[in-house]
Amino acid sequence: MKVLVTVKRVIDPYVKVRVKPDGSGVETANVKMTMNPFCEIAMEQAVRMKEAGVVTEIVAVSIGAQQCQETLRTAMAMGADRGILVETDVEVQPLAVAKVMKAIAAKESPRLVIMGKQAIDDDSNQSGQMLAALLGWPQAAFISKLEVSGDSAEVTREIDGGLEKLTIRLPAVVTTDLRLNEPRYVTLPNIMKAKKKPLEVVKPDALGVDVTPRLTTLKMQEPAKRGAGVKVADVKELVAKLRNEAKVI
Amino acid sequence: MSTYSAPLKDMRFAIEELAGLSEVAALPGHGEVNAELVEAVLGEAGKFAQEVLDPLNREGDRQGARLSDGAVTAPKGFKEAYRQFVEAGWNGLGGEPEYGGQGLPHLIATPVQEIWKSANMALCLAPMLTSGVLEALRAHASPEQLKTYAGKLTSGVWTGTMNLTEPQAGSDLSAVRTRAVREGGHYRIQGTKIFITWGEHDLSENIIHLVLARTPDAPEGVKGISLFIVPKFLPKPDGTPGERNDVKCVSIEHKLGIRGSPTCVLAYGDRKGAIGHLVGEENRGLEYMFTMMNHARLAVGVEGVAAGERAYQHALEYARTRVQGREIGQRGGDRVTIIHHPDVRRMLMSMRAQTEAMRALAYFAAATLDKARRHPDPAEKRRNQSLLDLLTPVVKGWCTEQGVEVASTGIQVHGGMGFIEETGATQYLRDARITTIYEGTTGIQANDLVGRKVALEKGATANAMIGAMRALEPTLASAGETYLRDGLKESVDGLEAATHWIVRTHAGDPRAVAGVAVPYLKLFGTVAGGWMMARAALIAHEKRKQPDADRDFLDAKLATARFFAEHELPKALPLAREVTRGADSVLALAPEKF
Ligand SMILES: Cc1cc2nc3c(=O)[nH]c(=O)nc-3n(C[C@H](O)[C@H](O)[C@H](O)COP(=O)(O)OP(=O)(O)OC[C@H]3O[C@@H](n4cnc5c(N)ncnc54)[C@H](O)[C@@H]3O)c2cc1C
Repeated sequence: MKVLVTVKRVIDPYVKVRVKPDGSGVETANVKMTMNPFCEIAMEQAVRMKEAGVVTEIVAVSIGAQQCQETLRTAMAMGADRGILVETDVEVQPLAVAKVMKAIAAKESPRLVIMGKQAIDDDSNQSGQMLAALLGWPQAAFISKLEVSGDSAEVTREIDGGLEKLTIRLPAVVTTDLRLNEPRYVTLPNIMKAKKKPLEVVKPDALGVDVTPRLTTLKMQEPAKRGAGVKVADVKELVAKLRNEAKVI
Repeated sequence: MSTYSAPLKDMRFAIEELAGLSEVAALPGHGEVNAELVEAVLGEAGKFAQEVLDPLNREGDRQGARLSDGAVTAPKGFKEAYRQFVEAGWNGLGGEPEYGGQGLPHLIATPVQEIWKSANMALCLAPMLTSGVLEALRAHASPEQLKTYAGKLTSGVWTGTMNLTEPQAGSDLSAVRTRAVREGGHYRIQGTKIFITWGEHDLSENIIHLVLARTPDAPEGVKGISLFIVPKFLPKPDGTPGERNDVKCVSIEHKLGIRGSPTCVLAYGDRKGAIGHLVGEENRGLEYMFTMMNHARLAVGVEGVAAGERAYQHALEYARTRVQGREIGQRGGDRVTIIHHPDVRRMLMSMRAQTEAMRALAYFAAATLDKARRHPDPAEKRRNQSLLDLLTPVVKGWCTEQGVEVASTGIQVHGGMGFIEETGATQYLRDARITTIYEGTTGIQANDLVGRKVALEKGATANAMIGAMRALEPTLASAGETYLRDGLKESVDGLEAATHWIVRTHAGDPRAVAGVAVPYLKLFGTVAGGWMMARAALIAHEKRKQPDADRDFLDAKLATARFFAEHELPKALPLAREVTRGADSVLALAPEKF
């Protein structure tokens, strides 16, 4: 079966993020970028399924600026067979991602779409769910286990109260949680091979999708700096402060 | 404790702009090389180093390697990390495609080496030595030998070692005494080698020793030494490791740094003699070793760059968090982090400027090596070979001496905490300290530089380089970089005068020249580093004009280049004076008067 995996280009988690001076967003120009860690987990899952003989083709999709090609090359070095870049310079919001993916799913007819549960830049946690709704497919978000058998998949979801096990019909959309797997390191021979794999570039227009943002960011600002601490004389004072000032007990 | 993060922007700048990626990519056999590949390879190498190698560095230093019953156990985690390293194919980066390598140029392999050495120098000496062995075999071994060894050494399933040193033979290898006696199709090796890095360990399934030894009827001195392959386990006909050879690790050293790597005394031929296979012809061993010398010496030079970078990152993190004192010239202001103090900033700038200059020079030499190997035009090939021969002792000697200095400054930035082991800054200095010693001490590099590389050819290549430096002066002036222009000009004048003095004096008084060879080497490195920084500044000026330029990076590069011009280049003049006027006092006291 064929799977689609989405891979988003985000600021490297080791980089200290800075807000732009005009408050319009965070500084991304000339900052080290990398594949969203949850998308890496999605890629790893697809590769393991291919190694296990369950998956025959992995198509990685990225939506964004031209530089997302690098993210797709990384996906191909991890094991994707080919890549599709939906190129746009506007900020892509969850609904736009879902629409684009719907159009691609219509073209590619995958049995499964694996997405990260969220991207570590805007932490929206919406695209997968929206895509499933638009496609009318079953969905399982935050999965930590996935087993495909025939026309369905057994998944374990990480939910507030614990773990939820579901059986979902395919085709379906799943989104990955941290514990699903530990992504592998890309190997050097695979970096070299990835250069030769096909990478298709399309514009949202060509897919008939309007990706114009519908939400406006009014202002972005750094969280307030933490103030200095105080020393308390004894436990009694501590408890009083926790109760009356912090109001946590 | 800081986390290592590969300085990808500066590396790419040095590769693409200063060393000349496009020229290397245009060489035959490097069709796949381009900026995207560099980015992908360095990015993934940086990630592997940061997440796998760097976290083991400190514990490796604390535990050290252990010997029991002739078997050496690497520090905890090293074996697993090495397995991952091999599995990810990193060992084969520069290897020949014929043997499963990726065939990437030195201009990519060198920055990747820097990344490994910054993250975990002790562990990454193993793959460096393996690639040294491969280099020697590639040039001189028979097709059958290559068939047996090259594939496994390229993948890293087997590791390699260099066995040159003996108790009486260090800098002077003509004193090697290990014996090799012919026995049918092979030789029996007997003798003791000391200081053999990764000479015995549990990282790989086999260890291939390259051993210098003498046959019974060999002439005395350098022309009587042969080179042998001595595997720890003799390969069976199917290529897998078979019988244990007669070579044993009898002790490992307690040492100042690189403690995670075992430094072994190896006893050959306790029983019947270890089985060894001759490489090439008898009595040409040292000559063969010299063919891989440029490669090995550049690799050690890069360890200086790596040490500087790691120490800088560590010091920078501390300087950003340690609060002490108030901003100078302000009364009653808030207490500030020490990075606000001008002298701490000076130290950080000097660490940064020196490291960037070293990096630029080392990568420039790597590109020169690629061109010397593969340039289709014989004249260009020769020109690059001479330039490489000249640059090699400079990169080895200067970058390692600077690396030690930068790592020492790193400790100073920390104040008292820098002196405490737990802080981690000491390890970078202790590890760096070996780099000026092995693979030929700074003194030996300097002798090579003044003798074979400068005096012998009457300064021809050195003067050509000086010419290229002078050619920058007008452009620097028109870019408004007068300090850089003046700094470079003064120091180049000094280098030129010192070079003339070396050429003039060498024929009649080689002892005088040898007495000031190290100051000449440092002078050469300082001026060549300044040349690189001046080129970097000019490129930064140009690139700043582009609309999508990374201004933060380019402005920092300009600031660093100017700092180098004002704080490092002025050291050239006293060094030049030391060379041209200092020889007599070096030898004024006779040995018995000390
Ligand atoms: C940790 C470690 C790892 C090592 N790994 C290896 C290895 O894997 N394989 C291997 O074969 N060797 C290895 N070595 C050995 C190393 O290469 C030698 O120690 C080095 O070449 C210096 O030789 P030496 O120790 O005999 O010093 P010496 O040659 O005795 O030198 C002592 C001093 O005299 C100076 N000197 C000597 N001769 C001259 C001269 N002609 N002109 C000017 N000055 C001179 C030197 O610069 C030095 O300051 C290692 C050493 C160490 C400490």
